[in-house]
Amino acid sequence: MSADYSIETESLGRVYRLRENKKKKDQPRELVALSGVNLQVQRGELFGLLGPNGAGKTTLIKILTTLLAPSTGWAKVAGYDVHRETVKVRPLINMVSGGESSGYGLLTVRENLWMFSQFYGMQSAEAYKYIDELLATFGLTDRANTKSADLSTGLRQKMNIIRGFMTGPEVLFLDEPTLGLDVGASRDVRGFVRRWTDENPRRTLLLTTHTMVEADELCDRVAIINRGKVLACDTPAALKHELQQEAIFNLDVSAQNGLEAAHFETLPGVHKVQLTPFDGHSQLQFILAEEAVLSAVVNTLTERDVTILNLTKREPTLEDVFVTLVGRSMAEEEKAGSNGNGH
Amino acid sequence: MNLRSFRTAAWLGWKIESNWTDPFLFAVYSIIKPLAGAAILVVMYSIITKGDFTNPLFPYIYLGNAFYMYVGAVMTGVSWAIIDDREHYRTLKYMYVAPIRIPLYLIGRAVARFLTGSFSVFITIVFGALFLHVPIEVAQVDWLLFSVSLLMGVVLLALMGLTLAGITLLLARHSDYLGDAVAGGLYLFSGAVFPLDVLPAWLRPIGYAMPITYWLELLRRSLVGSVAQAFPTLASLSNNQLLAILGGMIVLAAFIAVITFRYCDHQARERGYIDRTTNY
Repeated sequence: MSADYSIETESLGRVYRLRENKKKKDQPRELVALSGVNLQVQRGELFGLLGPNGAGKTTLIKILTTLLAPSTGWAKVAGYDVHRETVKVRPLINMVSGGESSGYGLLTVRENLWMFSQFYGMQSAEAYKYIDELLATFGLTDRANTKSADLSTGLRQKMNIIRGFMTGPEVLFLDEPTLGLDVGASRDVRGFVRRWTDENPRRTLLLTTHTMVEADELCDRVAIINRGKVLACDTPAALKHELQQEAIFNLDVSAQNGLEAAHFETLPGVHKVQLTPFDGHSQLQFILAEEAVLSAVVNTLTERDVTILNLTKREPTLEDVFVTLVGRSMAEEEKAGSNGNGH
Repeated sequence: MNLRSFRTAAWLGWKIESNWTDPFLFAVYSIIKPLAGAAILVVMYSIITKGDFTNPLFPYIYLGNAFYMYVGAVMTGVSWAIIDDREHYRTLKYMYVAPIRIPLYLIGRAVARFLTGSFSVFITIVFGALFLHVPIEVAQVDWLLFSVSLLMGVVLLALMGLTLAGITLLLARHSDYLGDAVAGGLYLFSGAVFPLDVLPAWLRPIGYAMPITYWLELLRRSLVGSVAQAFPTLASLSNNQLLAILGGMIVLAAFIAVITFRYCDHQARERGYIDRTTNY
């Protein structure tokens, strides 16, 4: 393994065995959460895992943080095998999971944080100093002596984020860190995450998110993951650049008769089309091979007595990258996954 | 760092143990609970023996029952931390990610239960000596034997708790009853409430195979030697022989605890149980 890699995985896979349901014997007994994941995250990188709920992001983090054994392949963090060398990995890492209310509610915020500092071998005086600094950074100073059970979900989440950063890990794993935070708090957290990584080139941060803006704004590189497989991995700019040769249009239309995406899919030069009912109208999103294809789209709309209310050309986003790779939006993919009728 | 983690875990355990009420009520509860338990036993004994408190059987039962409080307190204290952290506080995964020795952390968490258990045992014994004529004379107590035996017993119970903690890692629902179930099962066969001679001959080997039997015998001998001599169960063994047997059993318990915990820990990571919550 190259010494420059903080995280490296090869053919990493994880299969969960499901309990047999005697009433539904035809149900699958295994769930493939990860399959053939190959990743290299360089030291000092802020790396994002972007994918819908159930894509395998949390499973990957659990493996990398030594909580879960892989079924196939291997993974190394800070140069150590996460399955066989857990004792060497753990002093170098920390993790924070978003959207949960973990923590000892009977302890104050300061006590909770001090306790974890002790588990990481920090001297109390040094720990208190750093805790107070971080509490001030995250606007929690006035809540330092509040029992964490009395905090709102968002404030408790901030406390957990401080717990993750406080121990000075070489590799930090943040699993949906802004889940449950309001817009302002999310922005503060993103700002801190970026500064923390930039301050020290030895710090590596792996962040999972299903928020496109977060991945786009924050990460040096992003891996798009869906159904346990990494579909693409590059800088956000490079991922979007792939689509820049194409033309992306959003159209708000009013249709008298039924309108279906299938009406456009056979047109030459139409790469992707999505139809979404919106506020009494329909919203169409086209990814076209080139701008000239738009005239054929407009002709088809006219033939079907469809009135165009608004037409916009826009720059590609990571959502478009996801749609191109998967064939549907992240929200649709989550819905399909939860209904069990995906690909 | 291991000592620091242990101390911190003990601090956390104490915070959790004493959190549910104010200190005064906690103290009252700590006194009333063991006395109520002892009172039930005394009433039952009184009815069965028609108030014969001079029989050596009474101090035998009373002391065995008093020290048996440690079994539930320490053993369940260690294993309960798994349930508490995983299901209630949802912090077990963070403990696992931290560079601590999980067994040491779990044992640290049980220190508070050991302390409250010690208080209960002390109150029960003092009450027995003052009001129920349990024949303890401070000057006659073999304090060295008592201290060594108590220490060995606590180590033994912590190791048994660690074995249960390993098994608890692989269980989900209702595994909080595991410690109580094991403690209840051992209660009948360890000579806590009656000498092993009372058991049918074919059941006695269970009692002889259990280290708690030897531990309780040693504690009784150190406090009231005459009582222990009144029952033939272990009379043929000297104190040193009992200590040697207990020591050997502790080594065996340590071996079992290490192997079981490692195996269960490995299995929990294989199956993804470290952070599994059942929301019951």
